[in-house]
Amino acid sequence: MSRLITRRKFLTGVALAAPTVLMGCDRLGASPTFRDLVFGSSEWLSYRAHRLIGSNALAPEFTEAEMSPIFRTNGNTQPGSADYARHQNQGFANWQLKVSGLVNSPRSYSLAQLRAKTARTQITRHDCVEGWSAIGKWKGVPLATLLNDVQLQPNARYIVFHCADSFGSRPYYESIDLVDAFHPQTIMAYDMNDAQLTVGHGAPVRLRVERQLGYKHAKYVMGIEAVASFADVHRGRGGYWEDAGYYEWYAGI
Amino acid sequence: MTSPSIADPKSPKGGDLVRRHRFSTRLWHWTNVLSLVILLMSGLTIFNAHPRLYWGEYGANPDHSWLQIGARNNAGYLRIGETRFTTTGYLGRWQDDTGQFRNRAFPSSVTIPTSYNLALARRWHLTFAWLFAISISTYIIWSLFNGHIFRDLLPKKGELRPSHIWHDIKQHARLRFPRGAAALKYNILQKASYIGVIFVLIPVMVLTGLTMSPGMDATWPWLLDVFGGRHSARSIHFITAALLILFFVVHIIMVVLAGPFNEVRSMITGKFRLPKEKNQ
Repeated sequence: MSRLITRRKFLTGVALAAPTVLMGCDRLGASPTFRDLVFGSSEWLSYRAHRLIGSNALAPEFTEAEMSPIFRTNGNTQPGSADYARHQNQGFANWQLKVSGLVNSPRSYSLAQLRAKTARTQITRHDCVEGWSAIGKWKGVPLATLLNDVQLQPNARYIVFHCADSFGSRPYYESIDLVDAFHPQTIMAYDMNDAQLTVGHGAPVRLRVERQLGYKHAKYVMGIEAVASFADVHRGRGGYWEDAGYYEWYAGI
Repeated sequence: MTSPSIADPKSPKGGDLVRRHRFSTRLWHWTNVLSLVILLMSGLTIFNAHPRLYWGEYGANPDHSWLQIGARNNAGYLRIGETRFTTTGYLGRWQDDTGQFRNRAFPSSVTIPTSYNLALARRWHLTFAWLFAISISTYIIWSLFNGHIFRDLLPKKGELRPSHIWHDIKQHARLRFPRGAAALKYNILQKASYIGVIFVLIPVMVLTGLTMSPGMDATWPWLLDVFGGRHSARSIHFITAALLILFFVVHIIMVVLAGPFNEVRSMITGKFRLPKEKNQ
């Protein structure tokens, strides 16, 4: 009887296969073609599937009793620019949020003007891409309110958030689609846990986009821009971490 | 003589070459090998990004974690509850290819990619999660439809008798496996482990994975109720992965003991040579 595979050969084969798989995965993962074809399709599939089965679904909201005792900070916790330092020293009294791009009537809002608008308060779970979560209470003005003020032009497809913080010379930014932009829980938050947003958490205003991971929740937002495509914004992948680290633009998983 | 021939399916006996695994089973098996290896190893990289596990809805560095892998005073450790095990060299602190010590939970020899890259690990994990989830769903539906589950996997009357189960355990412990036609049927221990993997471990793996997605938690908030929060789901995901590794190890040991050539062939070509009866 032919015994092409003996026990010893079988075990050796299994043992040799493991490093080969690892090296193969490293090589494939570095290939731009493989990335676009396989990983790109998978991200598109997740994005489309989530939009298909629950584009209007609300993120779970929690009670005060369920909040994290301590909500840790992450990413940049103090923007380094002189401009930001000036605003910080003035208690953001002269700070303005600019809303521009493909809109009919671009506008700027002071913090007081944002606070004067009808606010939404929500206790939600913040999920960092690293794996930790914290539950906190956020209060702010729905992004939809601002977008309705300035009126999007018909070719606007994405909303880009320009931030005051940067990593080295590269400014932080993020972008979301219009489904998330007009989602009722998507707010420009100025309060956290019943107090003014601290600098560590993104003062004076940060984005809350509750159905996506933490890196999408841009802090220190200085400008909001409506665009037809984000291909021409910075390195073109729709966000700082998307550009710098090949993280997913759609971070709903 | 036309050996090796396909034996008379009505009364196969020891030494006959018989049809064993259907194409759907074989295809699913190898799809699983590929996706499980990639999911497991990329999952370890994702764990490395935050090597702590919690129970409940939230969990971050200031909160109590029930499991942690870390390093302090130049020693790697695994902490479960309040018990610390020193794991230098394997977990928490280990040497890379160049002999350099690294403080990271799982060593690069078992992670995808081999260098720490959370973004790429997530790409591998979430891509092969699709393949894994689609193939288990298709397999379950197909196997219900073609009768595989009822005919081959569900225990028959009498197989669940404690005396029968005990007998099977004793036979396995003595490494006495069924021979002749009896080897065509799964024994009760095999049935129990396959049913456990197909209907419990893999679905739990997929569902706890979905529970960690903030987008899915909005669409299917019942996931959080089923598993008791995102961080309980993350812990269960990790524990279930460990159970799947246990299954994998036992599975490989059994294949090696039962004759790897015949077993691997049966999972590739579908043909299996029945072990000869003892008295032949």
